Amino acid sequence: MEIKLNVSWKKTLQAINEQVITRAIQASGYSAILFVVVIFIFLMREGLPALEEVSVSNLFSARWYPIEDYFGILPLLGGSLIVTLGAALVAVPFGLGTAIFIAEIAPRWAREILKPFVEVMAGIPSVVLGFLGIVALAPRLRVLLDLPTGLTALAGSLLLGGISIPTVVSVAEDALDAVPRAYRDAALALGATRWQTIWRVTLPAARSGVITAVMLGVGRAIGETMTVMMVTGNAPVIPAGLAGLFAPARTMTATIAAEMGEVAAGSVHYHVLFFIGILLFLISLVINLTASAVVFRQRKRAERILS
Amino acid sequence: MDTHQRRNSSTARRKLYQRLGFGLLGLTTALTVLPILLIVVLIFAGGVPSISLEFLTGFPSNGMRSGGILPAILGTVYLTFFTTLFAVPLGIAAAIYLSEYAADSALTRLIRIAIINLAGIPSIVYGLFGLGIFVLFFNLGTSILAASLTLAIMTLPVVISTAEEALRSVPQSFRVVSISLGATKWQTVRRIVLPQSLPGILTGVILGLERAAGETAPILFTGAAFYLPTLPSSPLDATMALPYHLYVISTQVPGMPTRVQYGTALVLLILVLGLNLIATIIRSRARARRQW
Amino acid sequence: MDKFVIEDLTVQYSDGAESLRQISMAIPANSITVLFGPAGGGKSTLLRTLNRLNDLADVVRISGKVRLFAADGSSVEVLDRRTDVIALRRRVAMVFARPIVLPLSIYQNLSYALEMAGERRKPVLDQAVERSLRKAALWEEVKDRLQDPAAALSGGQQQRLCLARSLALEPEVILLDEPTSGLDPISTNKVEESLQELKQNYTIILVPHSIQQAARTADQAAFFLQGDLIEYRPGKEIFLNPQDRRTKDYIEGRFG
Repeated sequence: MEIKLNVSWKKTLQAINEQVITRAIQASGYSAILFVVVIFIFLMREGLPALEEVSVSNLFSARWYPIEDYFGILPLLGGSLIVTLGAALVAVPFGLGTAIFIAEIAPRWAREILKPFVEVMAGIPSVVLGFLGIVALAPRLRVLLDLPTGLTALAGSLLLGGISIPTVVSVAEDALDAVPRAYRDAALALGATRWQTIWRVTLPAARSGVITAVMLGVGRAIGETMTVMMVTGNAPVIPAGLAGLFAPARTMTATIAAEMGEVAAGSVHYHVLFFIGILLFLISLVINLTASAVVFRQRKRAERILS
Repeated sequence: MDTHQRRNSSTARRKLYQRLGFGLLGLTTALTVLPILLIVVLIFAGGVPSISLEFLTGFPSNGMRSGGILPAILGTVYLTFFTTLFAVPLGIAAAIYLSEYAADSALTRLIRIAIINLAGIPSIVYGLFGLGIFVLFFNLGTSILAASLTLAIMTLPVVISTAEEALRSVPQSFRVVSISLGATKWQTVRRIVLPQSLPGILTGVILGLERAAGETAPILFTGAAFYLPTLPSSPLDATMALPYHLYVISTQVPGMPTRVQYGTALVLLILVLGLNLIATIIRSRARARRQW
Repeated sequence: MDKFVIEDLTVQYSDGAESLRQISMAIPANSITVLFGPAGGGKSTLLRTLNRLNDLADVVRISGKVRLFAADGSSVEVLDRRTDVIALRRRVAMVFARPIVLPLSIYQNLSYALEMAGERRKPVLDQAVERSLRKAALWEEVKDRLQDPAAALSGGQQQRLCLARSLALEPEVILLDEPTSGLDPISTNKVEESLQELKQNYTIILVPHSIQQAARTADQAAFFLQGDLIEYRPGKEIFLNPQDRRTKDYIEGRFG
């Protein structure tokens, strides 16, 4: 009798233990949602007052000069836009080209070397790139293009492009890799060359993954801070079309990074910088929601095809 | 021209296109890979001469223009340590939830979307968030603690997704057998699934740390100090850190010798690439030893 | 004496795959009951229902009654939500088609179930490991290398290890789902011999990998076709003189 009692007591203990651990694991799983919500709440809390303190016409004007209470964010939006656009011009062709080469053309041994190598690029800290941009890239750009300064949107774009490439390569390469072998075999069996197969069959089949790759790469470029702050010259002027690439620019991220350290908590300037943070958060939210929607849809379709 | 000839010439043209196309893509790849190589070579060439015992173990002197970078190195070690402390248990637990417990429900999809979004939030926005919540709201001040908590949340998605992938790669049959032997779910996870996926999880953790160690923007206003004459004495002190130090000496200090800049960049790069290398080694060794 | 009494059991998976329709049968203790028939007939589903491994699968509908009897005549309702599944699985062990050894040592594979049940005393574990290995006729082959990884054993040894592993908890019932499908004839023979020994003390329910094996091992046999129980009769009778047309066709190799 006593032994039996002992056993059931032990069993209860085990069941309680299991319950507690299960709950803890569950809570950890939910924590990701919590963090996104809390981040948003805190950004709103510190950033929304800007809308009361600064008139809308000021906020969306072309002049950013906080010392005299000019908080026009258009130059910053423009700066982010031009730098990101330039980065995309670098990252998309080179990233996709590399992804196609790795996934479809390179022999196995080359793939084993190339993939980790591109991952190394993803690991290089952005300050290191910024530093090299200052000491190695900008001076050469200045001489080469005969500019007054090499610290321009272009320098930022080139480096940001480099930073985005690993994202583009790895997502696009995954997408190409996921295209069923049978598609390629069928195309080749019909007499298509490998080149035709890549263009006409594999790429279209991996389309949504490739789009996701480009979007995530762009998202990476918009959010990057240190490199752009160090190499773009930080002049808050609205870029004059593509020519703006060859002039200094200043992005939203760089503005926050450069100025937040010097403002008083709770000041108008402080609130406006948080407001810019809200914009960045929303931009990344839209990009990632769209990208994940594409990914989910693609996965669903793949499941349908396979089942 | 009869059909036969036409087909022949078309085949030749298609072959030519293919050769041109492959050549172009190969060139693109080379132009992507070579700059990476160039970056690493430049940093090593510029940095190696300035590495010395004094540089690694001394304090900065003469307005940081000479002396060593010990406080920055140690600061990055502290930050990485505390980030690990916060991010790893939570990240692994979340990965276990997603891989072992979560049903395929709307809530689970929401969690996944949240993780994707966490991964996409710009690092400077994490900096703002850390300033708002940890530094000001919880009144931790600019401190190692505030900075590490900020970095931890930023690192979380990396840890979760790599750990989940590692957990999922353990064959389902092991779980079924363990359950059929009367083990509970948690026993199955702890005794079978976790040990088998440990190398993969470790890889994820290290990749997360690599990201935390190299980041500057999230610590700008949460814990990084321009210059400190002494080492931090508690997690509530601010600290110097390698990436921030490199930023400071490349942009904020006039007349900075490039030697010191390159040296700092090299130490940071070695730290980060070293972590990457360790992760790669763990992964490949585990693959070789795996029994399934 | 009956070990399991099944009444009106119906199981349906969410993907519409293998299912069972209104199965009723009694499975006697201390004998080998063979469940046979073409693939997709519901044999594995039945096995997985008996120790609630179906809980891990996407079951949309399950109804009916499955009662498990103990030696003292008491019984539990297997399908009841309140039934302690962990305890049930310790009474009703399972051996799978492929030899799935856990990624642990030979010894740990055998002590696993006991340890999970809370047994920590080394001598008790040692004893259980040896006893179950002997029952599965594997002791002589592995006694000197109990600490080796179980994955290092040959396929046949691995499957006997799985059998031994299921015996370690001293279960009352052993469910075997095509346990010899991946084995050579010699290993198969060894497993079948072990089963004949084991039925003295255990209730064995076997899904065989061939009709020949069914005929060799059965004390009673049930023929399943597309979720229905077509015919269930004691002894070898069903193989020699099947009553149902479909059973006869299957046994004579006209389909499946």
